[in-house]
Amino acid sequence: MSVTRALPRLDADNRAFWTGGAEGELRIMRCRDCETFIHPPRPLCRSCLSENVSPEVVAGTGVVATYTVNYQKWHPAMEVPFVVARVALDGVPGVLLTTNIVGCPAEEVDVGDRVRVIFEQQDDVYLPLFERID
Amino acid sequence: MHANDAFITGIGQSEIGRKLERHPLLLTLDAVKEALGESGLTIDQIDGVSTYPGRTPGLLGFSPIGADELIDALGMKVTWYAGGGEISSQLGAVVAAAAAVRTGLARHVICYRTVYEAAAMARPEEYPVPRRDRVDSYSQWFAPFNAISAVNWTAQYAMAHVKNYGLTREQLAQIALTGRANAMLNPRALVQEPLTMEEYLSARMISSPLCLYDCDRYSDASTVLIVSAGEAVDEVSCTPVRIAAMAGSVERHSWDQAEWMACYPTGADLWTKTDYTPADVDTVQLYDGFSFQAIAWLEGLGFCAPGEGGQFIEGGQRIALDGELPLNTFGGQLGAGRLHGFGFAHEAVVQLRGQGGARQVPGDPRVAVATSGGGPLATALLLARD
Ligand SMILES: [Zn+2]
Repeated sequence: MSVTRALPRLDADNRAFWTGGAEGELRIMRCRDCETFIHPPRPLCRSCLSENVSPEVVAGTGVVATYTVNYQKWHPAMEVPFVVARVALDGVPGVLLTTNIVGCPAEEVDVGDRVRVIFEQQDDVYLPLFERID
Repeated sequence: MHANDAFITGIGQSEIGRKLERHPLLLTLDAVKEALGESGLTIDQIDGVSTYPGRTPGLLGFSPIGADELIDALGMKVTWYAGGGEISSQLGAVVAAAAAVRTGLARHVICYRTVYEAAAMARPEEYPVPRRDRVDSYSQWFAPFNAISAVNWTAQYAMAHVKNYGLTREQLAQIALTGRANAMLNPRALVQEPLTMEEYLSARMISSPLCLYDCDRYSDASTVLIVSAGEAVDEVSCTPVRIAAMAGSVERHSWDQAEWMACYPTGADLWTKTDYTPADVDTVQLYDGFSFQAIAWLEGLGFCAPGEGGQFIEGGQRIALDGELPLNTFGGQLGAGRLHGFGFAHEAVVQLRGQGGARQVPGDPRVAVATSGGGPLATALLLARD
């Protein structure tokens, strides 16, 4: 079962993020001078303006910071309901990923749930989705 | 008068409808003519134009008329103009105009917002939405997860409020119920049917905790505000309303990284620029593209503490037309239609001039707040009749 999704256009800034799933890796850009994580990924650090930045493989676990259950079919092919959530990643302060929580009924998701990344491949893109850790 | 202040003088508004046949340029003309008529100004006295977000070619219904097109179409000669989306939300166009008249770049600036979203959606052959193979820029952080609508983004802030502070659906409902009750007293409002708590509570969810009645509806309309320089304000025949303070801000612009909403820092900043306090405010016109945004604005502006917005509007009496802080007296966007920000400033002027008719706030209101923006962008205007 593959959900219809709009896919990102890959470029030099975002490729590491969107393709890390091919190796099972969630990659977040990080400053090598001051250790700030930078997301969305850009070629400089928003804390110290250093250009010494590169992707870092992070744990891929986190916690649901907030969420919503979407019930509206925004186009005919959309399957509802589904959960849109913001996940605060473990060990990645200051970064939130908007994503879907999958693998459980939508109404069961709650703030504070522990979650783990799984990747859904579509074409050349590996979408980081999350499932609850029981 | 304050020579170096900016004033809102003429105001105008077209009809508000859905799937209107009337050309969006002519809707804009309707609003311009009304604003000129009541201010006593002629088009030749207008020397500035300001709009948000300018013409949006990829999504024409969202903003079909650019500033340069309006200037040309109306045969205006301007010394200053601006139109664009990279500003602190819709009423940022009024802030820019105020800055322009205060620095002598112009004397009378037409500020406008024309929306044509319902008509465009009904006539895709005229207003096509280009198919893109891939998304980029900020969209890439939402669209792949089918978080397509701003309701999905706003709902997550609202859900955080539910979880952290216990916001209830009955409390949230008061924004929609108040707006719809007031809309019935506004002849131009899009929605003219009452809404009951029972109907609200049984409505289908769009994106929890926001239901159908928490969301505004695409509309076709134009709203105009003329911003005039203090030195030129004696040229108008209507009662000028002074822009007593302005504030605007941006959080991390991509909604996915904005942990909380820009209305909080903007609301706080507004009071650092004036001697007025929240206690002086007679009516508030707060952005309610989604109901929760108005609650966040009440908190951000300091009418209640963060987290207490739900209790503040409990039962609806406080924000009713005859309450201590009448809110969205024209119906807000939930009742009057999605005028996209400009309706709030328009109504603040109506109320401060005592022109509200059946929806007039009692007691000779003199100070009002109008806001726009509901996520990482926010603008607040403090308006006063001296
Ligand atoms: Zn750094």
